Amino acid sequence: MRNRSLVSINDLTKDEIFRVLDLAEEFERNPIQRIMEGKVVATLFFEPSTRTRLSFESAVNKLCGRVIGFSEASTSSVSKGESLKDTILTVANYSDLIVMRHPVEGSARYASEVSPVPIVNAGDGANQHPTQTLLDLYSIRKTQGKLDNLKIVMVGDLKYGRTVHSLLMAMSQFGASFTFISPVELRIPQEYKIYLNELNLSYEEHTDLAENIKNADIVYMTRVQRERFSDPMEYEKVKNAYILRNNMLEGTKPNMRVLHPLPRVNEINTEVDNSPKAYYFTQALNGVYTRMAIMTLILGLK
Amino acid sequence: MNDKKHLSVSAIQNGTVIDHIPAQNLFKVISILGLDKIPNQITFGTNLESKRLGKKAIIKIADKYFERDEINRIAIVAPLAKLNIIRDYEVVEKMLVEVPDEIKGIVKCVNPKCITNVENVTPKFRVVDKKSVSLKCHYCEKITDQEHMNYL
Ligand SMILES: [Zn+2]
Repeated sequence: MRNRSLVSINDLTKDEIFRVLDLAEEFERNPIQRIMEGKVVATLFFEPSTRTRLSFESAVNKLCGRVIGFSEASTSSVSKGESLKDTILTVANYSDLIVMRHPVEGSARYASEVSPVPIVNAGDGANQHPTQTLLDLYSIRKTQGKLDNLKIVMVGDLKYGRTVHSLLMAMSQFGASFTFISPVELRIPQEYKIYLNELNLSYEEHTDLAENIKNADIVYMTRVQRERFSDPMEYEKVKNAYILRNNMLEGTKPNMRVLHPLPRVNEINTEVDNSPKAYYFTQALNGVYTRMAIMTLILGLK
Repeated sequence: MNDKKHLSVSAIQNGTVIDHIPAQNLFKVISILGLDKIPNQITFGTNLESKRLGKKAIIKIADKYFERDEINRIAIVAPLAKLNIIRDYEVVEKMLVEVPDEIKGIVKCVNPKCITNVENVTPKFRVVDKKSVSLKCHYCEKITDQEHMNYL
């Protein structure tokens, strides 16, 4: 991975994924190290995403690197109409690695082609967010002890959810079986079902949450947003149907864990937070270790 | 062989005749091959009767021969095109176009939020289905299919 950009989860082989997860584990055991000393990481957030940006910056800081950058386009030269290429070429002079988030799809791939320093994609519109996928994989392996042959239940907005699409693609490499639970209007797109059929992986589709999580190893929750519905009445009908509550956890497998990419609105009732099966805040912490591992490998420091 | 057809193919002494172009894509073929920018003698006919295409077009370019890569660029707009290579009024070789693995330029990405539609970036695609010519964007990773294809 040395000197290579990370734009899409598909850029990594299975071995490289394991290398990232193993190194993240090492950082979890020993999170304060001086190995990024003298390195400058630029965090260019052309659209705000406080959580992701802080996670990257925390990772750099803990390894004693320095951070420069901006947290939204309006405070940067971009608001004066500078092209993405010019911004990248300029910032590359000041940094060893660029972490970027941009609303335009494919922007990170393009940046990686013009940039003399490696790019880490921290989200390009609805397209890719590979460090999220890697931290999800880390969290799954950590809680289940393995990645192979797990039963993954995905809940909520499965139509537009970039996170669930990337996770589906990644977990399908490990022979997962899937259950998709969503309102009819937000069902998983056909192309993913075709993909799973081609790999001979089984999946089920349901609209009911409580009934279909009993066999799950992982329940991956996502937000159902009002603006995704063409008919607001449809949203009103389903908005309370995809909220995870404590009583639904009864009878689920002891190893089952609840994941969520955060931020949460109301799709996981706060009473679930105290359950030993709630894992989403630890999942966010795992994001720091995973991003430490990714940046360290790209910079060739390990 | 019908005399008229023989004549139309043989009308140039040396060069290339591109036949079986869908009539509505004639000018796309001209622009993809850059025929509007070369000094050669070019004649074309369009809205000719064709059993396979309904209306077809034909282009004759004097003293011009194409490389394989070059000619494959028209595969998206004229997948059934046939090339006759003419030397001394005779057809010495026939070529069919082949859909390439990768396409650069020519087609616009269907995704309005794609970087190729927002900044000055040349679109690039991997051909994921050669039969139906379905293209996966190198940048935004969305699929552009034949039905939604627009040309640069
Ligand atoms: Zn695109």
